Amino acid sequence: MSNEFVPLFYGFNFYLFGLIAIASALLFVTRKSPVAAAMWLVNVMFCLAALYVMLDAQFIGAIQVIVYAGAIMVVFLFVVMLLNLGHAGAVSDLRGNAGRLAAGFVGLAMLAEVMVLARTKFPDAMTLKAVHGLGPVDGTAGVIGPIAGPLFNEYLLAFELTSMLLLTAIVGAVVIGKKRNPDAR
Amino acid sequence: MTFDLLNPVQLSSALLPDLLLVAGAILLMLMAAWRPDSDARQRTVGFASIGLLVLTMGLVVWMAVSGLTASDKGVIAVDGFRWMVDLVVLLGAIGTIALAIEHNVRDGIVQAESHVLVLFATSGMMILAGARDLMVVFLGIEIMSVAVYVLAGLNRRSARSAEASLKYFLLGAFATGFLLYGIALVYGATGQTQIVEIGNAIRRFDLTNDPMLLVGIGLMLIGMGFKVAAAPFHMWAPDVYDGSPTPISAFMAATVKAAAFATFMRIWYEAFYNMFSGWAPSVWWLAVVTMVVGNVVALSQKNIKRMLAYSSIVHSGYLLVAVTAASALASTAFTFYVVAYTLATFGAFAVVASMQQLGETDARISDYEGLWHVRPWLATAMAVYLLALLGFPVFGGVGFFAKWYLIQAALAAPAGLTILAVILVLTSVISAGYYLQVVRVMFMKPRPEGAPEPLPVGSLTRAVLAVTVVLILGLGLFPSRLVEMTQMNAFPRYPFSPALQMGQPQFRR
Repeated sequence: MSNEFVPLFYGFNFYLFGLIAIASALLFVTRKSPVAAAMWLVNVMFCLAALYVMLDAQFIGAIQVIVYAGAIMVVFLFVVMLLNLGHAGAVSDLRGNAGRLAAGFVGLAMLAEVMVLARTKFPDAMTLKAVHGLGPVDGTAGVIGPIAGPLFNEYLLAFELTSMLLLTAIVGAVVIGKKRNPDAR
Repeated sequence: MTFDLLNPVQLSSALLPDLLLVAGAILLMLMAAWRPDSDARQRTVGFASIGLLVLTMGLVVWMAVSGLTASDKGVIAVDGFRWMVDLVVLLGAIGTIALAIEHNVRDGIVQAESHVLVLFATSGMMILAGARDLMVVFLGIEIMSVAVYVLAGLNRRSARSAEASLKYFLLGAFATGFLLYGIALVYGATGQTQIVEIGNAIRRFDLTNDPMLLVGIGLMLIGMGFKVAAAPFHMWAPDVYDGSPTPISAFMAATVKAAAFATFMRIWYEAFYNMFSGWAPSVWWLAVVTMVVGNVVALSQKNIKRMLAYSSIVHSGYLLVAVTAASALASTAFTFYVVAYTLATFGAFAVVASMQQLGETDARISDYEGLWHVRPWLATAMAVYLLALLGFPVFGGVGFFAKWYLIQAALAAPAGLTILAVILVLTSVISAGYYLQVVRVMFMKPRPEGAPEPLPVGSLTRAVLAVTVVLILGLGLFPSRLVEMTQMNAFPRYPFSPALQMGQPQFRR
């Protein structure tokens, strides 16, 4: 791999993911169906995760996928379905048999991929060392260390205050959402 | 003793009152959730909360008199300004819970967690009083705001309360976006989040004309303007104060504003001091617009809660004068004014709360006609609060001196704010139109036929009224005591005051 090739490759990936992210963000705000909008937001999150990985922040990238694209979007969709805002019949983005076939094909392909990966034996050099978490094995602290260190030293107060903020929000949500007890007076 | 804030143990000691309050609030949260909601339950939790707040207050006083200081490198300030704001905030929280214990029944609120949310909001404000890092400032504002959004919507039977909560939440979130974007740009321009370090970076790299920093400060100013309800960012305040349960309106108008202003003052004085020529014209105009709009619109209000909401907007304008003055004198005047304003506003809302009938949400000024004939003490107390808000000599107690010091600070400001002082005085004259109107209605009109007898004033509300009136009049008789405290408690030093004396940051108009 020549030296000129690396920046080119890097630049290509940057613009690729950047453009996909912007396009997905535009689609996200213009979709009529909340479910479709949420799905485009997932796409934005994935592209951002890719950009984080390109910045050598693999841990943040993984967290981005797990927390934003995973957990938070599931909650979004859950709320959308709970409030029955989806109106799946009216403005579904999945139309006709072609879409269903494509979805089934993608699902089968991913299942096949998982099964193949589960059976393959990788050479030692390709596997991540579990001791260092997700990080590459060159340093002592890996990728998580540089985040964990400041988080629990310099930014300890901010970190603890964040937990305070979340606790306040949870208590507030419970107080607002609690069913009124008719005998309580 | 000087705390080294990089050492976790010493950082915890510097945060001792905050930690005590948070730990107590979490215990009370469990206590509130343990049994089903009932009025007796909410009373128990309420009294326990007051006990916790009094303990915290004692700790704050102890830390204030033991002369502690901290290194500049740190996320939290240990200075008199912090302790003074802490005391104001804690006093407001005690009053809020005392009022809420008695008025929750009238508003149909049984959740014992309502008091716990006040405690959470108070801990956020105490963080704000000392925060010296923009991340901590942001988190403090959010802890305070999230708790208050919920408190505004506590009255589940009232559509207006729900409207207030939602409106406050949406506009608050919008304002937070501005604030956060501003913080990000300031960080981008200076590479620092610590307030003192931002000030150092501005001086070291001469960023006075840096566009990114200027835009960042502008966005932060908009965010702060929303939080302190300065015109033209004040539109939410009347609806929210009107729709919320009255004790919570008092909490929002008095303490939330004091805490937001305290951090506003600290950031602008400690971080952006050398950017004076950049932000001063904006803050100058913000002060003028707030004073004029608030006063003129307040004149036409028929609902007393809305009138007091506009009055609180007006006082934001007066406090912005202190921010613009940018001097040690101004910070003294600011602290003094915050004390006077909190006492008077809190008292006025306490009177409004005790005048409300069971389940009633509308509080008209006409309900106060002839109040002197049925509730002479309540009418007298209300008169004292309104005169204090007006800044009337003698009967307005501490309110007069607060305004006096503010005008002095504006006139003595290095940048020369004579026009601003004149506008302050003129708009104060306008404010007599609505403050004295209520006094006239209470004392000079007969009680209308068939007007409902006000409900008896509960003992806790009476205590709140008595304490605020005594403090307003007492501090009015002996203002020098408070001046001594606030002078001692003015910012310990200005990072770059020589720059101002050399006339470097000039005020452009």
